[in-house]
Amino acid sequence: MNKDKLRSCFSQTLGIPIERVTDDLAYNSIEEWDSVGHMAVVADLESTFDVMLDTDDILNLGSVGQAVAILRRLGVDFDAA
Amino acid sequence: MLLEDRVALITGASRGIGRAIATTFAEQGARVVITSRSPELDETAALIRERGGRATAVRGDLRDDGFPRELITRCKKEHGRIDVLVNNAGVLLSGLLGMISIESLRETFETNTLATIHLTQYAVRLMDSGRNPSIVNVASIAGTRGLDGVTGYAASKGAVVAFTRSSAKELAPKGIRVNAVAPGIIDTAMTRGLTEDVRRRRTAAIALGRMGTPQEVANVALFLASSLASYVTGQVLGVDGGMVA
Repeated sequence: MNKDKLRSCFSQTLGIPIERVTDDLAYNSIEEWDSVGHMAVVADLESTFDVMLDTDDILNLGSVGQAVAILRRLGVDFDAA
Repeated sequence: MLLEDRVALITGASRGIGRAIATTFAEQGARVVITSRSPELDETAALIRERGGRATAVRGDLRDDGFPRELITRCKKEHGRIDVLVNNAGVLLSGLLGMISIESLRETFETNTLATIHLTQYAVRLMDSGRNPSIVNVASIAGTRGLDGVTGYAASKGAVVAFTRSSAKELAPKGIRVNAVAPGIIDTAMTRGLTEDVRRRRTAAIALGRMGTPQEVANVALFLASSLASYVTGQVLGVDGGMVA
């Protein structure tokens, strides 16, 4: 369920179809996910999951899969159905 | 009131200019979150509450890894947003060239410059462009015009001036204004650390013939933080009584 929310964050803030939001989708690999889009994604993830990312996390958030890992470390559960 | 229903985060609020800014903002209706590494911070909070204001005091050192994030998280949990950030925390480094240790230079830049930039990065994420958000940095006349005997400090504050002007440009599309006050010689614990000779010489260079008060700096910070300055960004406003040398 949280995975769906996460994919929805990327899809809505970057303005791309949700099918394109896969774990290996990477920062700067598509036109929509540039540095401006990146900060928008971060803001949306923070408000959706009520967390605050470190600056280092923001810099390391290089793919959707890495976003999952970072959020998991901040206590977000991605294993529940 | 000029800051009704605003949430303001003020660093270095335990004394001097920071305390004056915190109490002034609270009197003008702001809910203030104040921070400092000094225990005197609680006195500032008590002063605000005595006068009917609302204050949250968060002790910590902005140079510590993790503290800026902790501070901003606290703002988010308690208020959900930040409308005004005042980067005031600073240390004065005196010393003639040739006699400035690298350790003291590091401490000065870490506190005056790096912490300002680092905290700003976090705070803007809680700013809502629809609420006329504002950042006020506390620079110094040393950083804008140069001052002998405090060159390391001057350089750290000069960087704050450059950061103010640059971040004003970068954050304008988000509706965030960024300005700075550049105090001259203000009667605080920081300047009381100067030798009597230096204080006399500095005061002699002030057109108004006296040192400024923390309140006089706070009043200008209030203007820049409020909607009175809604069309003002990227400015560095001297509060120096017309310092001529």
